[in-house]
Amino acid sequence: MSDHRGLLEVVDLVKHFRTTGLFRTTASPVRAVDGVSFTIAQGETLGLVGESGCGKSTVGRTILRLEEPTGGSVQFEGHDIFSLTPSELRTLRRRMQIVFQDPYGSLNPRMRVGRAVAEGIEIHRLAPRAEIPERVGSLLAEVGLDPDAAERYPHEFSGGQRQRIGIARALAVEPVFLVCDEPVSSLDVSVQAQVVNLLAELQRARGLSLLFIAHDLAIVRQLAQRTLVMYLGRVVETAPTESLLATPRHPYTQALISAAPEPDPTVTRSRIVLGGEPPSPSAPPSGCAFHPRCFHPKKDTRCQRERPELRQVGDSAAACHHAE
Amino acid sequence: MLTLVGLVLIAIAAPMLLPDPLAQPDILQGVNQPPGAKHWFGTDQLSRDVLSRVVTGARISLTIAFLAVAVSVTLGAMVGLVAGYWGGWVDAVLMRIVDGALAIPRLFVLLLVVAAWESLPLLVFILLLGTTGWFGTSRLIRGEVLRLKQEPYVRAAEALGAHRIRIVLRHLLPNTAGPLLVAATLGVGNVVLLEAGLSFLGVGVRPPTPTWGGMILDSQEILFVAPWTSIFPGLAIVITVLAVNLFGDALREAVDPRHA
Amino acid sequence: MTAPVLEVRDLRIAFPTRTGDFARPVDGVSFILHRGETLALVGESGCGKTLTSLALLRLVPAPGRIEPGSRLDFEGRDIMGLDADELRAIRGKDIAMVFQDPMSSLNPVFTAGAQIIETIKAHESESTKAARDRALGLLREVGISDPELRIDQYPHEMSGGMRQRVMIAMALATEPGVLIADEPTTALDVTVQAQILEILDRLREIRGLAVLLITHDLGIVANRADRVAVMYAGRIVEEASTRTLFEAPSHPYTQGLLESVPRLTGPVQSLKPIPGTVPDPARWPAGCRFHPRCPKVMARCRAEDPSRLALADGHHMACWLAEETAR
Repeated sequence: MSDHRGLLEVVDLVKHFRTTGLFRTTASPVRAVDGVSFTIAQGETLGLVGESGCGKSTVGRTILRLEEPTGGSVQFEGHDIFSLTPSELRTLRRRMQIVFQDPYGSLNPRMRVGRAVAEGIEIHRLAPRAEIPERVGSLLAEVGLDPDAAERYPHEFSGGQRQRIGIARALAVEPVFLVCDEPVSSLDVSVQAQVVNLLAELQRARGLSLLFIAHDLAIVRQLAQRTLVMYLGRVVETAPTESLLATPRHPYTQALISAAPEPDPTVTRSRIVLGGEPPSPSAPPSGCAFHPRCFHPKKDTRCQRERPELRQVGDSAAACHHAE
Repeated sequence: MLTLVGLVLIAIAAPMLLPDPLAQPDILQGVNQPPGAKHWFGTDQLSRDVLSRVVTGARISLTIAFLAVAVSVTLGAMVGLVAGYWGGWVDAVLMRIVDGALAIPRLFVLLLVVAAWESLPLLVFILLLGTTGWFGTSRLIRGEVLRLKQEPYVRAAEALGAHRIRIVLRHLLPNTAGPLLVAATLGVGNVVLLEAGLSFLGVGVRPPTPTWGGMILDSQEILFVAPWTSIFPGLAIVITVLAVNLFGDALREAVDPRHA
Repeated sequence: MTAPVLEVRDLRIAFPTRTGDFARPVDGVSFILHRGETLALVGESGCGKTLTSLALLRLVPAPGRIEPGSRLDFEGRDIMGLDADELRAIRGKDIAMVFQDPMSSLNPVFTAGAQIIETIKAHESESTKAARDRALGLLREVGISDPELRIDQYPHEMSGGMRQRVMIAMALATEPGVLIADEPTTALDVTVQAQILEILDRLREIRGLAVLLITHDLGIVANRADRVAVMYAGRIVEEASTRTLFEAPSHPYTQGLLESVPRLTGPVQSLKPIPGTVPDPARWPAGCRFHPRCPKVMARCRAEDPSRLALADGHHMACWLAEETAR
């Protein structure tokens, strides 16, 4: 993958949320994202997995500057996203788009589908007004919908169809980079497969780069060449997807793979059932954030004291003192 | 809804149908006539036809109410949208102003200003009612916007590079239509009552221009002699307020594509 | 296999539609649940699995109703014939339920302990002290560490997994014979999901509980259920032992479902989705309800509704292909 040009480069991204109460501003912010770095090459799909609250969605939103970052930098096609003026940012947004999880909330209920898809074209004046309906029609066709869908309202569509509309809306501005924030998590399996296949096809046909955020490793495997695993706002492991699944180096990755339900009664993996639940991101444990739940036989006091940095182990980079 | 359309039609067509409400003392029929064939709603102490005064009053009262509410809802929506969507200090400043304004009784302010004005032009009266009535609406809309701006479709529009004004007009405003209509209908009822109250106190629209509140004021001395002089304008107020509220409910469903 | 605890025969649920017609989101469902087994009811959203589970306690939300002719037998008692008091006695006491969303299923203004104790006292006359001791025991049984601390906590002080454990403890408080678990782990993270499933499994074994596991996730079913019933469009289209169902899925819908699930093991293959969408309950397709999406559709499927046909002992499906193979 070394011949790929870096399209997106994220360095030490930090996003903290301060919770404000009636009489106080709490002292300890929620460390949603706490120093995340990665790159995405042109045409590459990077998977980003983790459980709820690990900060994966925040990463996606902060990269697009839909949330203001607390620290770090994002380079996209040579532009420093965080230092752009609002109007420069608006122009650049054409190049990077997002597809959301919730197929019900992601479309304006009072806007006809055609207008929703046309919005980006209008904003960036990508086509003369007279040609917009035709463009919308071909975008809808590209995502597998009837062109007459343009005249209808979102509530007339099923979850899977709405997700297709959301994809068409994002593609309308001809982006090169697409953040997919759990785009199939709330869909039924048979429909989920349709949307995953559609994304794979669009990625190939348009040469898109994708950041595919999900909690389901099996789906990520369908799309991503490389995968990043997050736990409590930090990357714990990153590796080519197949090596990650075959030889997970970080104990958390091992547990995640082991817990994933596989629809095959003959697959009897030695199940690792983790104790406890992810701690609160406003008070992460000292040292390695995973240490209270860790089952690694070599777990020691160093894990409680010293935060492990990512280091190369075989194909992977894992943030564990004892990874091998 | 039909009631309301009827009311508006009557108000518009009034001058063509009925005797002049201002000065047509029907000396022959005399004063304080009970309802009868000639004067369906009777006559008042100046022998004017109550029906034509109620109908003409509808013109004045409804005009005042609709225009005043149009002003207040527009102001309320604008302030609510800006405060809710921009957030930060803009929100803080606007909302403190609203808090302050809400602490002052509206009737008191109106009485003060209206009483100080020698002869109040109708337009000024309408603007006064409008500019003192938007505080609650702005609160309501701000709350709605705070919720709506978290919706993924608003995020998606931002990601598409949409300008703030576009987001406000295309995404936020249409989705606040429901609460706005509720605020508007409640507002119309409120202003009709408020205008009646002010006129009743003698500081609203000055006689001889007929307004419903003014008519009730004029007839209070003859309440027991000629009750029809106050019952009919009173009924008109009740029916109008009811009709507007029902109409608002219907309209809210009609503009929601999900109820199609 | 041991004695049946719950027997459902020809269950139909009707909802009036706007046009004055009836929609039947559950339309002729039959199954038997035995003591000590886990039966999984699997299907996608809108297939009627949740309504089926609600009907077992006659909790179908208005204006829906269970149509006459449906039979629900619990340990030989006819649930359809019970009056309100008798029904209340069965609900929670003999048949308990655990729902998907552990946040909204617990009352936020009472402590976990108070809610469990209330459940115990609603069905048995016990002193508060004795009920509290039992509640502590239950919390321990569902794997809550520090039960003495947790019993006095409010739902918002607990994580999602912890709340689901409390829900299960509550469901077990009255020692029911049947536990209906409606998507009990859907709202939870995978690592926590595994813990909850482990507990349900253990309870089934130790207490001889009959578990009706309602889920959309075939992955969960594969390792936790003894038998599986696959639902589509208000009906059970295939029923078999878990092993048989996964090794020899026979109904085209079951096959399609299994092929559309992404896997972690084996080579990466592109997914084979089922084309189209689930039909509307007010307008089920004529003939076999799956025929518009079925890759193996025959002329007969468009006209005639397939009935439940046996493929082997304990393996049934509603598909005309069953007859073809029998010939």
